[in-house]
Parts: sequence; C-alpha cells; structure tokens
Amino acid sequence: MSTSKWTVTFKVFRKKGEEVPHYDEFKLEVDPDEYVLDGVERIWAFHDRSLTYRHACHHSTCGACGMRVNGVEKLTCITPVRDVTHDGGVIRVEPLRNFTLVSDLAVDMGVMYTRMDKVGQRSVNSDAKEAYQSENRPAGPAESGVDFIRLSDCIECGLCISACPITASSPEYLGPAVLAGAHQHGIKGDEQVFRLADCEDGVWRCHSAFECTAVCPSFVDPGERIMDLRKQIIGEQFRRLFSGSNARKINTMEASK
Amino acid sequence: MSKPKIIIIGAGFTGVATAHDLALRGFDVTVVERGDIANGTSGRTHGLLHSGGRYAVSDQESAIECIDENMILRKIVPQVIEPNGGVFIAIDESDLSYAEEFIEGCNACHIPIQELTAKQALAMEPNINPKVIVAFTVPDGTFDPLRLALSFAGTAKKNGARFRTFTDMEQLLIDGQGNVTGVKVWDRARDVHEDLHADLVVNATGAWVGEIAAHAGAHVPINPTPGVMVAFDERIVQRVINRLNKPGDGDIIVPQRRMAVVGTTSFEVTDLDYVPVVEEQVKLMLERGIELAPGIRNTKMRGKYMATRPLIGKGSSGRSIARTFKCYDHKESDNIEGFVTITGGKATTLRAMAEKTADVVCQKLGVQAVCTTKDVPLLSYREYYSLNN
Repeated sequence: MSTSKWTVTFKVFRKKGEEVPHYDEFKLEVDPDEYVLDGVERIWAFHDRSLTYRHACHHSTCGACGMRVNGVEKLTCITPVRDVTHDGGVIRVEPLRNFTLVSDLAVDMGVMYTRMDKVGQRSVNSDAKEAYQSENRPAGPAESGVDFIRLSDCIECGLCISACPITASSPEYLGPAVLAGAHQHGIKGDEQVFRLADCEDGVWRCHSAFECTAVCPSFVDPGERIMDLRKQIIGEQFRRLFSGSNARKINTMEASK
Repeated sequence: MSKPKIIIIGAGFTGVATAHDLALRGFDVTVVERGDIANGTSGRTHGLLHSGGRYAVSDQESAIECIDENMILRKIVPQVIEPNGGVFIAIDESDLSYAEEFIEGCNACHIPIQELTAKQALAMEPNINPKVIVAFTVPDGTFDPLRLALSFAGTAKKNGARFRTFTDMEQLLIDGQGNVTGVKVWDRARDVHEDLHADLVVNATGAWVGEIAAHAGAHVPINPTPGVMVAFDERIVQRVINRLNKPGDGDIIVPQRRMAVVGTTSFEVTDLDYVPVVEEQVKLMLERGIELAPGIRNTKMRGKYMATRPLIGKGSSGRSIARTFKCYDHKESDNIEGFVTITGGKATTLRAMAEKTADVVCQKLGVQAVCTTKDVPLLSYREYYSLNN
C-alpha cells in the first residue's frame, strides 16, 4: 500500500431534469489504491450534495455502481484510482450508455431487468450450471459429488450493454447480458426463450465485437455465450429441418437430448 | 375512507421491509431515500444470513431472532439466498474450550447444529485451516444485499408503495404542538423541493436515526459502529466459515458468487456520511482470514469496504452491545406525536423489525390489520426496476 497521496481531478457528468449536460470538476487528494467510487462518494459527502449516483455493496456483488471511467465501462467499487489515471491526472466519470438517464451518474436499469426475467435468468443457480468455463475458472472446490447453490456470476451491472456498439444503434437488441442470461437458462426445453434468442433482435444482431466480454467484471463472458447460443440454435434448426415432423415442439427436442 | 398515509425515511433493509409490511396491511406508503435502494449500511453488509450461532452464548435474544427469521427468509425470498449452511471451526485450545457453551447456547436457542470431526470438516471444506480440531455445522447462508432489499421494495411497489429515491429529507414538518406531520424533501434528480404530508412518519435510517430524530428534537440512543470487510477473488469455501469463539474481529468468511469476504471489525465514528477504510484493519482481515482458511494468502484482494452498524445503547463497546432491535414511539419517549423510529437489529431480522414497526403504526393509528409477511413470498427483485413508480 502506497503512503503518498495523489492529486486527481474528477470530471463528473452532470444533468438534472431538462438542463443541458455539462461536466463539473472536483480536485481531490486520493490514495492511488482507493477505488474510483470512493472518490465519487467523497465528492457527494464533502463537495456537492446534489450529485446522484448508484452504489450499494462496494465489493462487486450488486452491480449498482457501473459508470464510464475515462471512456471505459467500469465497476467503480473495485477499480483502483491507479488503474485509470496518474498523479496530477484526470478521471472523467460518466453514466452508462444505452440506458435512460435518471440524473447525473444514475441510470434506469428497468429495461435490462425486465428482459432478464423474460429469458429466465436465475439469480441463484447450481454451481455446475453456472460455471460456463469451469475448467478455466472454477468457482471453488466443493466436496466431491456435491453441487451447491450460489449467486449467479452475472451481477446485472449493465457494463456490457453500455459497451455494446450494436445496442447503441438498435435499442430493441436484447443485449449481451440478456443473451448470456438466456444461455445460462438454456434454450433447449424452453421454446419461448429459444424464440427470443433466435430472432433478429436476438443472437443474430450481434456483430461479434466482444466489447461485452472485455468490460465484464464478473467472468460471465457474454460474447462467447452468444457465439455458443448461435451454435446451439443452428444445430437445433437443422435437427428440426430433417426431423420430418417439422414440429417446433419442446417434447421432441427433449427426447433427442 | 382513504388509506392512512405513511412516509418512511430510508430505503435500507428496515425501510423497504416496513414498506412491504405496511402496503400489505393497506396503508398508503411513500418511501423517501436520498440515494438509491440500500446505498448505506444495508448494501454494504457482509451478506451473512445468520443462523444465530454467533450470538448463541452472549446475546440469546438476537440469536433466536436470527434463527427464526433465517428460516422465514429462506421460504419467502429464496431467489437471493445461497442456502449452503455454515461451519464453526475450533483451531486452538481457546476455541475448543468455547465448544461446550456454544452447544448449550445453540440448544437453548433452537439452532440446529451437528458436530464434525476434523476429518469430516476438512472433507466438507478442504480449504479451512488443517489444524481444525472440531467443527459444528449451522444453517447459515449468504444473501445478496441489494437484491434482498429490492425484493422487499419491488413487492411493496406492486402493492402500491411509492419510492422517492435520490430524494433527501431536508426537514421534518412540525405543527404548533411540536408533532410531526410530514417531511420537506429535495428531489435531487429533478432539483425540486416539496412538502409531503402524512399521518405518520417512520424514521428507518439505521445508523442515521439519531441525526433524523434530532430534527424533531427527539432522542434515540444510537451507537453507530462501523466494521471493515475485505473481498477476495476466489471462492475458497462454499459455506460460511466462523471461528468457534466469542465474536471478535475477522472471524467470519462469507462466500458470495466467486468471492470470499472476510469480516469484520468494530470501531466508532462521528461523521457517518463518509467513513474511510482503515488500512490496518484491512491487514487484520487478511491475517485473521488466513487463520480460518490459509489459502486466502494466495488469493487476490478484490475490494475493501466498510459498513456502519446501527447498534442501540451508548456507553459500552461495540462487541458487547446486543444486536436486538427497538421501535421507538416518540409520543412515549419525547411527547412528539406522528413520529416513530426503528433501528438496531441485523439484516437477517429485517422482516421482524418491519413487523414490529407496522404493529406500532397500526396501534397508533387505530388500524386493525395483522402481519402476513411471514407467509407471503416476495416477487422477483427485478420488479422494483420493471414496475413504474
């Protein structure tokens, strides 16, 4: 832990109601190992009580404090100041893109949350089902043969949706977090979710930019999951094409598993 | 007849749970919160769904509240809980000598425990300290703090409660007799000031209740006591790991998602709005965490943070103060009508705190309505953001 403090200028996006967006500057003395959110919280506590921003857990389990920091989506509660600037430098803090602005740094997560429910994403899940890349990043050891229930990797922070270049131009696109949620839920055996994933606003809208995976703070890897969903969907469509019945029925899908 | 109007100040655990209870009992509820849901102590809690084992020896009233509410929350809000249980482990002779009291305490508080040999404990949790002598399983769990609060808030919203977030309480509205009749608020999202009137105002601001009550000239004996927690980047245990001893610093590891969170400490502060994380305490969490699970040494630190407990009672140190809660009718304590304060307690006991508060509200306003929250399953936490206010 460093002992010397840095002086950093926070350039904070501001907008209330109908006013024109602008930036306010706050010069703060910070410990470079402090988190960006600590700075934002101090701006509110000691400099400007009108600032609005979202935060809750301060350790990356709740997903409330997502913001754009110097142009990149970050979970600000676990982003150390030294990772984004230098002594005497600037930290530009802006709200997430592709969400409706509430005010200043706070956005409305409603659309994403509604879609997450629609694709059946579970907030608690069995570890075996959750660990998409279990061989690379096991969540942890358990006694052999015992699966356990745990909170899902996805914390619904919205960073991936803000970073997605497609969502910016196609707001109807379900978006990376939601498609990753459909992947976690499984499209085989749930025709409604299968159809949501297999449509123009589903997996086929993605242009494989993988910005989602780059900004995900929680090991969900939405980009890879979208690619895997495509494989599953193509496989299933082929199977249906040649199955003879041409029936889009769940029970036949189940029987073939 | 129109519904009685209640304003709740604070959308932490007690505020949202009280909104849910009162909405079910037919009240017109508005919650005023200066941040977003659970942005104070509640959001930053350790996330431990207490079995009560921690308090079974020294604070049995809290222990019983915890085990009873633990069982209820598992039933009404499973969508935010890791229900994997917990283990109390004895590593040295001092721990071992606590075992007898612990067993007696758990029996007295109907907390189901099971004794494990060192071998059994290590088979179950291979990463705990191999020096473990004996262990006991308890029905601990982990909850997601924000989503627990959102589940109550979302269900309350569905039942008609309104949430005014990013809205500061600036003043209590007080009539000529000194009684509380509403709140003056500042909506910071729109930058608008307005007066909201109510039949009764509930102060559910946790560690901040003293500051809010002072606006009415009322007094609450609150002892805000922060503690530090450190999150590590690997889920090295699957269950909550507790040190089998009197509650102390850094004696709990709570697994969440792919993390393990070590906590906590206990100190006093005066300015509640910004409490810095003390680096010495972070080091202490690392050291103490390593005693429980040596593998912590090789994991990366992911986040360090603090939360301020709302303990009731002045004059003694944080660890010795009971974790029970109390609802103050300020008519009785300060001769102020229209104003009730709820504080103390644990996250695990939020529903019971709300029940107690709603009972006081009903009694004060002469409303006959029973509490049903024990049996009403909560909606998806996502409803909070999906539903319009």
